Amino acid sequence: MSYSVEIKKLDLAFGAVKVLQELDLNIHEGEFLVLLGSSGCGKSTLLNCIAGLLEVTDGQIHIKGQNVTWAEPSERGIGMVFQSYALYPQMTVRGNLSFGLKNAKLPKAEIEERVARAAGILQIEALLDRKPGALSGGQRQRVAIGRALVRDVDVFLFDEPLSNLDAKLRVDLRVELKRLHNQLQNTMIYVTHDQVEAMTLADRIAVMKGGAIMQLGSPDEIYNRPRNLYVADFIGSPSMNFLEGQFADGSFRIDDMAMPMTGYEYVEGQPSNRAAVIGIRPEHVVTGELVGNAPLQYTVDVDLVEPMGSDTLIYAKLGQHGFRIRMDGQAIVKAGEALAIGIDPARASLFDKASENRI
Amino acid sequence: MTVASDPPVQTVRKPNRMFKNKMAKIASIPMILTALCVFVGGTLWTVLHSFTGSRMLPKRDWVGLAQYERLWDSDRWIISVKNLALYGFFSLTFTLVVAFCLAACLDRKIRFENTFRTIFLYPFALSFVVTGLAWQWILNPQFGFQSVVRGWGWESFNFDPLNNPETVMFGLLIAGLWQGTGLIMCIMLAGLRGIDEDIWKAARVDGIGTVKTYVQVIIPMMRPVFITSLVLIASGIIKLYDLVVAQTNGGPGISSEVPAKYVINYMFQAQNLGQGFAASTMMLVSVVIILIPWAYLEFGGKKNG
Amino acid sequence: MADLNANAGVVPQGPKPKKRLSRGNIFLYGTLIVVSLYYLLPLYVMMVTSLKGMPEIRMGNVFGPPLEITYQPWVKAWSEACTGINCDGLSRGFWNSVWILVPSLVLSISIASVNGYALANWKFKGSETFFTVLIIGAFIPYQTMLYPLVIMLRESGDGITWLVSWMNPILEALGMEPFGRIRLMGSLSGLVIVHSIFGMPILTLLFRNYFASVPEELFKAARVDGAGFWTIYFKIMLPMALPIFVVAIILQVTGIWNDFLFGVIYTKPNIYPMTVQLNNIVNSVQGVKEYNVNMAATLLTGLVPLVIYFASGKLFVRGIAAGAVKG
Repeated sequence: MSYSVEIKKLDLAFGAVKVLQELDLNIHEGEFLVLLGSSGCGKSTLLNCIAGLLEVTDGQIHIKGQNVTWAEPSERGIGMVFQSYALYPQMTVRGNLSFGLKNAKLPKAEIEERVARAAGILQIEALLDRKPGALSGGQRQRVAIGRALVRDVDVFLFDEPLSNLDAKLRVDLRVELKRLHNQLQNTMIYVTHDQVEAMTLADRIAVMKGGAIMQLGSPDEIYNRPRNLYVADFIGSPSMNFLEGQFADGSFRIDDMAMPMTGYEYVEGQPSNRAAVIGIRPEHVVTGELVGNAPLQYTVDVDLVEPMGSDTLIYAKLGQHGFRIRMDGQAIVKAGEALAIGIDPARASLFDKASENRI
Repeated sequence: MTVASDPPVQTVRKPNRMFKNKMAKIASIPMILTALCVFVGGTLWTVLHSFTGSRMLPKRDWVGLAQYERLWDSDRWIISVKNLALYGFFSLTFTLVVAFCLAACLDRKIRFENTFRTIFLYPFALSFVVTGLAWQWILNPQFGFQSVVRGWGWESFNFDPLNNPETVMFGLLIAGLWQGTGLIMCIMLAGLRGIDEDIWKAARVDGIGTVKTYVQVIIPMMRPVFITSLVLIASGIIKLYDLVVAQTNGGPGISSEVPAKYVINYMFQAQNLGQGFAASTMMLVSVVIILIPWAYLEFGGKKNG
Repeated sequence: MADLNANAGVVPQGPKPKKRLSRGNIFLYGTLIVVSLYYLLPLYVMMVTSLKGMPEIRMGNVFGPPLEITYQPWVKAWSEACTGINCDGLSRGFWNSVWILVPSLVLSISIASVNGYALANWKFKGSETFFTVLIIGAFIPYQTMLYPLVIMLRESGDGITWLVSWMNPILEALGMEPFGRIRLMGSLSGLVIVHSIFGMPILTLLFRNYFASVPEELFKAARVDGAGFWTIYFKIMLPMALPIFVVAIILQVTGIWNDFLFGVIYTKPNIYPMTVQLNNIVNSVQGVKEYNVNMAATLLTGLVPLVIYFASGKLFVRGIAAGAVKG
């Protein structure tokens, strides 16, 4: 399979501050890749480097097999959609869409044709003669996507395009974006800090931290088999329960409890004994009649109950350790009660305490 | 496929840094020339030539500190500096106090706020020459304010600041304050508007009176605004020239001379460039003395923040 | 709220005080009105004086309204008052000022806006350093730069003369007037350059801060759209920056119109700007003082900035506030 975008040993430094370090990333033709991370992790910086809006310190960027490391943004064959929409306020929607094409000195007829086609795909034909100020947030974002669309390019870059929208609209546009990708089948690189967006849109997710990629994989891999403590903690809401203890002879031991890791898939073979951290997602803990079928069964003391409608979040104590459990919204549990829970070690994650990597 | 029909440019090599951003560099040439040639170059040139005996034309016959010795021996210069110190002290105090009080009054959610602000600020739109001439006329002893009051029956009333060497600087001060307080008031008003409404609510809940709130809470919070005002007023004071020329032309005698006027007179009228250069260097030194603590406060503060 | 009493709000006893006529309010409005009188007085005095005849002025009531209104002083100030040998009134200075103002305005604002744009969006190595030097330069007293500028103007005038001299034979062959000695010192164009130089720090700061406040993504979007330095400036930034241009124009019109120092130094008597000519008319020692003509002349000189001020309203305040907040 050929790569659409190849990033080779990319370095970026502002003075002494290294923002990106030796970063490698290959993106497939037609892939929807999400760069996910908290603010300051370098995800937007990486996107700006790909776009040519930031000059890299070292390394190479190839798009469609061409080395574009030092090319102008407009010469790279990319289209970009920004968080603040970045529509030119004094131009009409038509002017916004055709600005780049005029700069490229395309013939008038072709400009009109491309604008009409993009407007058709995004259903903004009726808005073409309005100015951005007269549009709603969702319409503006659609025009911003249209501006990338008219360029007729293979690689789309999205810089947190939905963050400025309200929650409901965000969901709608997310779905539309996915549909658009299915329709156009071009490469999309999408930056976000929102893990729901990442999980729902991505073919692959690159979780970034401190200018490096912590894990690159499908949403399923990222969620179920986080490669290290950072990814495990970052993905999932409420976040994973972590318990520190000892791994010895196929069991995880904490205080006087032993959890035999039956069914757990180790990264490679049976690991040696060491200090370890076990991670258990709150939604993977079972309660009620299901407890009987679980490989491991415990009783916890309920501290606090947070009913959230669709589900209920329980803050409890497993021994002396804080432990969160996500239950069905209909569950009736009171603070102070004891609660029987069941855990399946096959769905847990085990990390080396020193290296923080999955074992 | 890109927008342009030809394939993307294959730029493998890193482009030369010199030509990167070349339009921005070309566009910045006027700024660079001004900053380096006029501001830095000109200032250094003047400082350098203040150590020469230049008279009609600048020449490089070094005389060491002779120009400065002559300067500080000159009555006219000493008077100029004293005048500026006097004017500066009162101008600074009165401008800050008056401007703050006016701004506080306008900030009390009053009616006709815009009208009052327009009235207080309009003199700032006028030149110092116009200001000086207007007040010269009002303070004219024969026909102006003094004669009006005498006409009301107070025969012994005496108010003739411009013709008395002791008080002439206060005559200038009246005009200077009239012209300049509006600006500082506007800046202070903007500062007051920037203060969170909740501070006032908190002060009311705590039972702190209005005046006390201003003195103990608001003024300390407005420190940056006061510093900006201070720098503005101070740099205006050092430039004091047009007002003096128009209102008193340094008189009576030399009793309202100021340093800026001394410089201009020696450089362009008395054909004694060396003196002018030395005097202007002294002005530069005084600005530096004001600016360094300010820069220290500004940038020292930023590091902590 | 509007109570200046130090104990206001401590014990809210009794009926709610009537807001309009509380003692604090009377004090507040009283103060403001008295202060307003001080600010309005000179304008009023100038106005009434300029409308009186000299005999009435000699009667001595400077605050009294004119008993008999005469426009003669205005006519005389505009077209007959003498400075030195010229007796064509302030109109000469007015037109000089206009000829100084218009090119200075165009030159200084176009340089500063492009410059501010480059500094905000196209930073290059050293650009911030030059800008810092420029801003620090705004605090240096003009006096230290006056004489070097005289030399620079004189020398560059000669330089330009030399540069264009090669064209003279061609022009002569074509039967046209050859270039003579080009002077920048003591000419209107020299003063235009001086105004552009000294207006540069504040204007550049103004534009730089404005363009820096334009969302960076807009600039990035234009770059992706293939727009270069000038395309972005003219097509994207300029249409957005109209308000700041108005602020810059207000700032420069009042600043250049009110200038006295540069006018005295870099021009010569027959091209003196209005302020210099006004001062020469009013403070001339020859002849009988005609106070009414003087005040008419003073008002005439103040008229342009006053009109700008009253017409622009809040934008003027914005302009000077922008000018005031350095760094």
